[in-house]
Amino acid sequence: MSEPIIRLQNVNKWYGQFHVLKDLNLDVAPGERIVICGPSGSGKSTMIRCINRLEEHQEGQIIVDGTELTNDLKQIEAIRRDVGMVFQHFNLFPHMTVLENLTLGPVWVLKRPKAEAEATAMKYLDRVRIPEQANKYPGQLSGGQQQRVAIARSLCMNPKIMLFDEPTSALDPEMVKEVLDVMVELAEETGMTMLCVTHEMGFARKVADRVIFMDHGEIIEQNAPDAFFDNPRNERTKLFLSQILH
Amino acid sequence: MDHTLPSADRQPPRTDTGVIGWMRSRLFSSPLNAILTILALWLLLLAIPALIDYLFIKPDFAATTAAQCRETGGYCWAFVREKHRLILFGIYPYDEQWRPLLASVILVGAIVCSCIRWFWKPFLGLLWVVALVAVGVLMWGGVLGLTYVENAKWGGLPLTLILSTFGIAFAFPFGLLLALGRRSHMPGVKAVCVVYIELIRGVPLVSLLFMSSVMLPLFLPEGFAIDKLLRAQIAIILFAAAYVAETVRGGLQAIPKGQYEGADSLGLSYWQQMRKIILPQALKIVIPPLVGIFISLFKDTSLVVIIGIFDLTQAAKAAVSDAVWRGFSTESYLFISLIYFIFCYSISRYSLSLERQLDQGQHR
Repeated sequence: MSEPIIRLQNVNKWYGQFHVLKDLNLDVAPGERIVICGPSGSGKSTMIRCINRLEEHQEGQIIVDGTELTNDLKQIEAIRRDVGMVFQHFNLFPHMTVLENLTLGPVWVLKRPKAEAEATAMKYLDRVRIPEQANKYPGQLSGGQQQRVAIARSLCMNPKIMLFDEPTSALDPEMVKEVLDVMVELAEETGMTMLCVTHEMGFARKVADRVIFMDHGEIIEQNAPDAFFDNPRNERTKLFLSQILH
Repeated sequence: MDHTLPSADRQPPRTDTGVIGWMRSRLFSSPLNAILTILALWLLLLAIPALIDYLFIKPDFAATTAAQCRETGGYCWAFVREKHRLILFGIYPYDEQWRPLLASVILVGAIVCSCIRWFWKPFLGLLWVVALVAVGVLMWGGVLGLTYVENAKWGGLPLTLILSTFGIAFAFPFGLLLALGRRSHMPGVKAVCVVYIELIRGVPLVSLLFMSSVMLPLFLPEGFAIDKLLRAQIAIILFAAAYVAETVRGGLQAIPKGQYEGADSLGLSYWQQMRKIILPQALKIVIPPLVGIFISLFKDTSLVVIIGIFDLTQAAKAAVSDAVWRGFSTESYLFISLIYFIFCYSISRYSLSLERQLDQGQHR
């Protein structure tokens, strides 16, 4: 395995007295695509939110692209430039048009000229197949379209790593596929490192290099998708899989 | 029939539309509503004819003296004709009163321009610099052949306008910083802001004005004096800022955590986040209460009378104290009420139209 782009070493985190992450260890190779699943409250979202420090870990080390996450604000901002994130509830900026949402980061953080940022934005809107929505406000789009805008917004920053935090769980059922299609395309056409918290097992089988199962703040089992789904070794994994795959 | 196509839309029932439909649903939809409608009509019938009679039918418009006015009764228009310049411009030298008039027009003009979206460009700043210099030159004089008028002689409407314009212009950004400070993660900054806001909100404006005019000079070194008007202005700014801060804080709290996280995940710095994401949304939410603060600030400037500044309200009081025109205080106060009302109502209408403008396209 080459030098990992993300390394978690003995990471611990508590919410008050509640121990959310317990001695987590994880190495992610550049270009690797990982799907993380597990019951709710198992700490999977918290773990990926620690990677761009939306949450702070209290013990252990997180190293992203050679930089350790500390309290240094400048370093955190630098890491966030390289790490894109897609949220369950999209978190688009409702007072800006789609195009403004997409160019905000490139113009203000990467200091790109506006025209260049807009050209890039249109390229990615094309890629997520909604270029005609560029001048609308997020509130005028469907959930599936909003999530695709959110993906395009992250891509406009040209990140090395993309984090997906349950990107399809707030969507109406008929819109899940359009978002997953975009994600599959992204995984297949770019060599981007992806960490995705999701329960879409079809997606996991199709694109993941590795599936991780978490429960009670620990990584219980990890394996290549086929082995993971067909021959789960741990009892808790078996129970979880039997509950979500009816 | 082909059921793969949606059925055609139909018109709503006739009884729900038109004048009768409107009256039925809005005025007489239940016995209680019918009673309220009739009660409201009765009150209007009581008030409006009486008001018209008092203002326009009873009074003799040709009357020129107080005695004639007392004879006919009704609103004394002669009083307004006689005293409007004193009320509008206070004790500013009579022959020079075109200067405060022009200054007021310039100030109102600049404010109106600032309210129009088309002017929201960098040159608006330049426009304000020019406007303020013009107002200063006109009010003080001393240059361009204008005689010097010290600001103790300023009064009436221009003074009220100046106090409220500067009050709002400085209280707003100051209040914004206080609101951000109160939500800061740094305990020191937070504590200072909390103490300031709670302290100011805990005292009446009157006492702040007294403090600024009586106590402040005691703390200043000998021979170092700040102008009385400036002290009152500072007190107004400090006072309003605390209220602005609490209102803006309410708006900040209404912004979902996801907006901060979305901005964080793009690597925006704190100030970029505030400027581009959080404040535009938070301020839009708090436009109505914020405008409420500005309207009450406009009216609260009348409290400067207690430290002897000759604003619009004080001028109205002075006009009545003339022995010849004694007893016409209704006329005087109605006159300034109308002026206050015109300004406050305009502010309030503007805030409504601003809300509507900012709302465009942002909702389903």
